[in-house]
Amino acid sequence: MNEPNSTNNPQHTVLVCQGTGCVSGKSTELTDALTKAAAAQGLGNIHIDFTGCHGFCEQGPVVIIQPDDIFYTHVSIKDAPEIIASLLPGGKPLERLFYADPVTGRTVPHYKDIKFYNMQQRLILRNCGHINPERIEDYTAAGGYEALKKVLKTMTPEQVIAEVKKSGLRGRGGAGFSTGLKWELCRNVKGDQKYMICNADEGDPGAFMDRSTMEGDPHSVLEGLAIAAYAIGASEGFIYIREEYPLAVKRVRLAIQQAEKAGYLGKNILGSDFSFIVHVKEGAGAFVCGEETAMMASIEGRRGFPRTRPPYPAQSGLWGKPTTINNVKSLASIPIIITRGADWYAAIGTGKSKGTAVFALTGNIANSGLIEVPMGIKLRNIIYDIGGGIPEGKKFRAVQIGGPSGGCLPESALDLPVDFDALQAAGAIMGSGGMVIMDEHTCMVDVARYFLSFTQAESCGKCVPCRVGTLQMLEILRRICAGKGTPEDIPALQKLGEQIKAGSLCALGQTAPNPVLTTLRYFMDEYKAHIEEKKCSALVCPDLLSYYILPDKCQGCGICARECPANCISGAKRLVHVVDQDKCVKCGNCFNVCPERFNAIAKVSGEKVDVPKEPTPIR
Amino acid sequence: MIVTDNNAVADGEIQEKLKEIFSRHAAERQELIPVLQETQKAFHYLPETAVKAIAEYLHLPVSAVYGVSTFYTRFKLKPEGKKIIRVCRGTACHVRGAGKVLAELEKVLGIKAGETTPDLEYTLETVACIGACALAPTITIDDEVFAKMTPRKVTEILSERAQLNQ
Repeated sequence: MNEPNSTNNPQHTVLVCQGTGCVSGKSTELTDALTKAAAAQGLGNIHIDFTGCHGFCEQGPVVIIQPDDIFYTHVSIKDAPEIIASLLPGGKPLERLFYADPVTGRTVPHYKDIKFYNMQQRLILRNCGHINPERIEDYTAAGGYEALKKVLKTMTPEQVIAEVKKSGLRGRGGAGFSTGLKWELCRNVKGDQKYMICNADEGDPGAFMDRSTMEGDPHSVLEGLAIAAYAIGASEGFIYIREEYPLAVKRVRLAIQQAEKAGYLGKNILGSDFSFIVHVKEGAGAFVCGEETAMMASIEGRRGFPRTRPPYPAQSGLWGKPTTINNVKSLASIPIIITRGADWYAAIGTGKSKGTAVFALTGNIANSGLIEVPMGIKLRNIIYDIGGGIPEGKKFRAVQIGGPSGGCLPESALDLPVDFDALQAAGAIMGSGGMVIMDEHTCMVDVARYFLSFTQAESCGKCVPCRVGTLQMLEILRRICAGKGTPEDIPALQKLGEQIKAGSLCALGQTAPNPVLTTLRYFMDEYKAHIEEKKCSALVCPDLLSYYILPDKCQGCGICARECPANCISGAKRLVHVVDQDKCVKCGNCFNVCPERFNAIAKVSGEKVDVPKEPTPIR
Repeated sequence: MIVTDNNAVADGEIQEKLKEIFSRHAAERQELIPVLQETQKAFHYLPETAVKAIAEYLHLPVSAVYGVSTFYTRFKLKPEGKKIIRVCRGTACHVRGAGKVLAELEKVLGIKAGETTPDLEYTLETVACIGACALAPTITIDDEVFAKMTPRKVTEILSERAQLNQ
């Protein structure tokens, strides 16, 4: 990697994103190709570097050219020589690599003019995509570790706690408990040894902000962790990262080494009496370990079973010692609260939800990626302005917020302000921040079934309502999706859901029924259609579908008959083919293979199409 | 112990590797999961002799090591393939067609999710979420992420790899 060279002032900096998303698009090789191309063209003064995630993963690999702030998308290795050539005197930016707005189709050359970015407010992700995450100098040049210096030189632990309480910061792990209060509770417990844990076991499907934060700005998490440790009085800490995030593990380990060497971690930090050492623990594939008591059991080398609280971790946590556990985003928020002040932070957001929220905006949406917005923004703005709406002119069906613990909200909820309390009142939760947009081709009963099959499989098995109850709910949902539901199934789902919520020890069980309960609340007509009319209007549930060959369109080519695994399509050359509905296994192969120019297969649910019973000559 | 062990690895090799792993970890309970992770990585499963040796080294009953090994999905008591293909079944992947990708992989490899090919080349698994949701649907082969998958891309990637191995 080229180091910035002060004697040979680089005119341009080329920043290549090396988050997990862009790396899967070969951005590591792209960085090498750019370096080679610069050398080949004799442009040693172009500084080529890499950054963490920009959040716009779908457009990856992305490249930014500074100082002009040119934003290139979908860059491939073979573009490298041309990109370098464009930086020569008289060179012009490459328009074909500009971002194209999915709504207007217009190309946008500059980062700051892209709608996906310009409505965002990036505090937690402040450095992601702008600094090299593998160099501590980049972080300190961006003001990093100033908050730690300020805390150690000018503040007592009590003052730090007071400041964080005043900022109104609530835990970003999902539940939204006051971070300052959590620290104070632990501070006030007497103990010779305390532990500080960073929860980086981001297990919710559809959420990847913790991964991106650790990959793009690992030092911000370490700085927040060290400040938290100082506040509660801990001398040892752990970062518990899912093993599914190998790049995050690598960058956090590297950051710890660098911070120790620079004196920001380790013994007598910055010459003070405060010592703090950090260990990385990798998860081993158990979703429940994201729950704090299960996580502590896992760090101790046990099965990740949650336990009853009280005693809370603040009183008796890791190895029975007072312990505080904070989420990655909560910790990454701390340095900026300390440097800019609690009042500044508290001015962002709504009455009881301060600051910003990070969402992973995914699913059926034009601009998918990682976004950070001030609390209180409307869902409609997120989906239609930042997200660019639903692609291919399809209709919005639902937005799923908060992962398997959250809920599905309908169109009528789009004007809700996004904050902890408004979402909870609507039946969803902020959760880990997964936001999956679903279009009209999504079946809400299938979505409920999908989430429940996830939580059912991940239930650790300790509590009977969670272990057995979720399985019963899942069986009912499977029955409904298969067209075998009865009207009694709906009250049974509601009753089971309430019982599981009330009778489970940890948040996994307490929230597992949410996707079912919210879809029952907002999409009851879909459940009823599945049960009463055996109809899946989104055409998703295979057992409720039928395939018919339309006589006015079929050209008798025979492709469908060849691909049918059940051999239930009869016909011959120049004859209109016919599906035997009794033998059809509803695999959909015929629908997929019928040539687009014929488009002769009708896929329907809950209705019959009037077609001949025997093959007839084509008209 | 209900461990299926077809002696995929020789005992001597296991002892030697474990010696090296133990040298990096103190004989404390909190080292159990890291030790199991390194063992799993070395042999692509946890051989019965290794489970017993780990229990002895950490002064734990074999049942405790077995309990942890079966709790976490990462640990396998049967030999896994050299390459692990994971199909993400996260929400974003689910709504963008991960089911079809998995079905294609099952068809091409001739195994179901959770199984290993008879030549011990590939293990096919599903994973809750790999956190690359903007690129859905995704699969990983070991640590490499493949984005925006389609059934057609499955065949392309696998045949490309088959050629490389020849």
